[in-house]
Amino acid sequence: MLIKFIIIVPFVFGLVSFFINKDFWRRALIVVCSAIHFFLTGLAWLNRPDSGLGDWFFLDNLGVIFLTITSFLFLGASIYGIVYLADEKRKFDDEGKNFSREAIFSGCFLLFLSTMTIVTVSQHLAVLWAAIEATTLASAPLIYFHRTKRSLEATWKYLLICSVGIALALLGLFFLSVSNGSNQGNLVLSNMIQTPQGMNIVWLKAAFLLLFVGYGTKMGLAPFHTWLPDAHSEAPSVVSALLSGALLNCALLGILRAYQVCLAAGLGSYCRDIFISFGLLSILFAAIFILGQKDYKRMLAYSSVEHMGIITLGIGLGGQAVYGSLISVIGHSLGKAGLFFVAGNIFAYSKTKTISEIQGLINGRTYYLGLFWMVGFLLITATPPSAIFLGKFVILKEIIFQGRYWIVFIFLTALALVFIGMARIFLSMTEGVTDNKNPNYSFGLRFFVQILPTTVFFGLIIAIGLYFPAGLKQQLETAAKMLGGF
Amino acid sequence: MKIIQIILILVLSPFLSGVINRTKAFFCGRKGSPIFQLYYDIYKLLLKGAVYSSTITWVFIAGPIVSLSAIILAAFLIPFGGEVSLISFNGDIILFIYLLGLGRFFTVLAALDTGSSFEGMGASREVQFAVFAEPALFLSVAALVRLTGKISLSEIFDTINNSCWAEYSPVIFLVLGAIFIVFLTENSRIPVDDPNTHLELTMVHEVMVLDHCGVDLAYICYGSAVKFWILGSFIVSIILKTKHIGWGADQLIFILAMTVLAFIVGLAESFLPRLRLLKVPHLLIVALALSILALTLTFRGFK
Amino acid sequence: MILLIDLIIVAIVLMNLMMLSSSRIRTCIRIVAVEGILVGLVPIIADINSITFSAIISSFFNITLKGFVFPWLLYRAAQEANIRKEVEPIGGYALSLLLGVILFLIATWLSTRLLYVKPLFSNIVVSVSFATFFTGVLIIVSRTKAITQVLGYIVLENGIYLFGVSLLAEQHLLVELAILLDIFVAVFVMGIAIFHISREFDHIDTHNLSELKDWIKLKQE
Repeated sequence: MLIKFIIIVPFVFGLVSFFINKDFWRRALIVVCSAIHFFLTGLAWLNRPDSGLGDWFFLDNLGVIFLTITSFLFLGASIYGIVYLADEKRKFDDEGKNFSREAIFSGCFLLFLSTMTIVTVSQHLAVLWAAIEATTLASAPLIYFHRTKRSLEATWKYLLICSVGIALALLGLFFLSVSNGSNQGNLVLSNMIQTPQGMNIVWLKAAFLLLFVGYGTKMGLAPFHTWLPDAHSEAPSVVSALLSGALLNCALLGILRAYQVCLAAGLGSYCRDIFISFGLLSILFAAIFILGQKDYKRMLAYSSVEHMGIITLGIGLGGQAVYGSLISVIGHSLGKAGLFFVAGNIFAYSKTKTISEIQGLINGRTYYLGLFWMVGFLLITATPPSAIFLGKFVILKEIIFQGRYWIVFIFLTALALVFIGMARIFLSMTEGVTDNKNPNYSFGLRFFVQILPTTVFFGLIIAIGLYFPAGLKQQLETAAKMLGGF
Repeated sequence: MKIIQIILILVLSPFLSGVINRTKAFFCGRKGSPIFQLYYDIYKLLLKGAVYSSTITWVFIAGPIVSLSAIILAAFLIPFGGEVSLISFNGDIILFIYLLGLGRFFTVLAALDTGSSFEGMGASREVQFAVFAEPALFLSVAALVRLTGKISLSEIFDTINNSCWAEYSPVIFLVLGAIFIVFLTENSRIPVDDPNTHLELTMVHEVMVLDHCGVDLAYICYGSAVKFWILGSFIVSIILKTKHIGWGADQLIFILAMTVLAFIVGLAESFLPRLRLLKVPHLLIVALALSILALTLTFRGFK
Repeated sequence: MILLIDLIIVAIVLMNLMMLSSSRIRTCIRIVAVEGILVGLVPIIADINSITFSAIISSFFNITLKGFVFPWLLYRAAQEANIRKEVEPIGGYALSLLLGVILFLIATWLSTRLLYVKPLFSNIVVSVSFATFFTGVLIIVSRTKAITQVLGYIVLENGIYLFGVSLLAEQHLLVELAILLDIFVAVFVMGIAIFHISREFDHIDTHNLSELKDWIKLKQE
């Protein structure tokens, strides 16, 4: 029952908010809906629910982690978002009309939440596919919120590249179904994992490759990541945070589901090689592009590519690294979402996304902006006590334990490059003489509300890095076991 | 009997050109030239002498002779009315295509030998088209060979008539499409080339033979008529299911079918525009694509 | 009926090649419509002796959507945006036609590499479905108009659908309809995007969509 609610509530609220004309009610609806969603997710932790929908929908240990991240980010984003919407409102002229920009934004925002929830709870891989495609469609209008040429370009690339990627995944799904021919092509996860002996290996291999590339496109793995920097830089920051922190995870979950099937069928080492090669490639790509970056939101986007690479690499390594990857997933989602929130404030303050036009954030009245920007940088580049440090450290430990020193070499080199590249950008933005660009920008209550989610996110990362709760640890370990780790 | 067939080919070939011209004239609302006009033309040209430019070598004189003899030799290989051809052996199909190639090669050489820029241009166009048309023909034939399992022309047509149509019609349609385009190209018909045009810039085949006259021109005209017949009978032999009623009746039906083909070509020329020169390779690539498709399908096979 | 199904499948290949070699947007839309109808007919004709209810439903929705609704939507979009011709791709249409043939060969080779668990209604259907898929990708990559890219997406989807009906007779109807719905919404959203692109840029040439990139910026530094 709980699962039905958790899907339907944001869906219904989303549909309703298309038709609400009053800004206040619409904004209240977003926050209320996110809060209810988060509350229901919390209930799911206490008492793992039965869907009442057969074995198509079921919340397993892996799903619950991703659901919680998504739900939590949405709660933060809704608080940040309503202030953002109120600020943006002054620029529009379609107040009070039906289907105003903001109504479309709010509706799609909640539909986006609903579709992502379906991704995390569905155990039927075709339903999972449909939900992932639906996330693309629900989020495209969000990216196009500003309605400028550049955001249109980003939206078009996002739509087309992701749709083609997802189409590849659909083909992979059909391959999987053919591979499971002895079982009437059943695509229910538990079914495939319990009876792997009937799977046809050749078809399964091809299926995994297609699913990996398809969902990998959506997840932003290099070299299919091209839509990602564009979409992240042109979308409103609140949307970028969700794309980076929640959507990429959902695509990752799609890959992990396919990986579970392959593991059961004994294709572990075949899949691991794919994971490792694409993971390393993504880290390298991101490192190269971060070095010469001029746009700070694009830089954050490439950092997401890098983290997705690290997570993929960790899963490919197996063993303890899977556990490290899952920690990285949590750390990256919280950290990147917080950073995008701060980036949104920096943009609102300075009206530019170009790095070289901003300096001295930490000096003067933008002190808190600079402070959070700098803290976020340290956390995302895995400075202890960040949870991301914990994740990366566990992964590194596993590589060394397996004796694959060439991976160590590539991994550390790329991380160093990323650190240097990002340090250059962050330092040049925070240090130096303040130019007091926008004296009208107020650091009052609105700023305080907007910075609140970031504070909580960053605090959580540090907290997890310092003290790992036993409940979470156990949850992650069981999830890691499902993915061939221990 | 086989000798009579060859004689029929050689005698009736120019007649088809008359059919085409009458068809076109009919649709233009003109009366048109007599149906036997090409016979008169050839007779007239044969009586004339030839004028040669001072820059030419023996290649120019050899050109028409070699191409005509190559084409006539090819005619010996082509079966007629469901009968076995005069010369028939395994692999004659390759000789057939190369004889056509030899004929074209000498026509092109003769054109280049004049040293005229126009004829050089025509030669280059002809070769450019051949680059696509010849592989298309080869691959279509390869598809037919795969389909029937036979490697001599007479046997291939025989087998297609008897057993392949029912099962492999998609392949045969593709091959027919490809060969029809090659057929139009090789015979310089619309939409590839216009045999009636007198604008050197757009001419392809006609511009190559501008410098020939008298007996040489008669050879060339006759040669193209025979070429039209033999490539046309390639198509007709695939489509026409021989009934084996009797020798005479078979031949009559075949000749009627050839006349219908000529009528269709005339029809096409009346209603189709000529393609822009730059578009012609595109059309030929279509033929190539169709033939590759057909060949691939035979490898994959149907159920 | 085996003959008829083979004819339809070969016709689908020919539609792909026509699509690759035509420059007029309206012709392309019509070709895609015809291809959609042909692909939609396949599940019915493949199994003409034992037509199931779900085959009819799936076929009906496919033919309506791909044969009529999508073409109508895109036709409107083309009219609103006032575009008639696609920009000539690099190497011309002849080259993309040849590429299409090469892709067909690759698809055939690929389809022979796979092992089939159960007999299919046609030996060429898998290779044709791959070829259709590749053709769609080629169109998306090589064409510049947004509308043609959407057409490419539909062609690509046709390939996947053809693969689905040839190998998975017992797909769950609900799942199939969900997939179809997703594609419908995708095309619809892309259609809206086309309207916006044509309004912002005066025409829907995606060459204009090239402000966001990193390669050039790197070079400039």
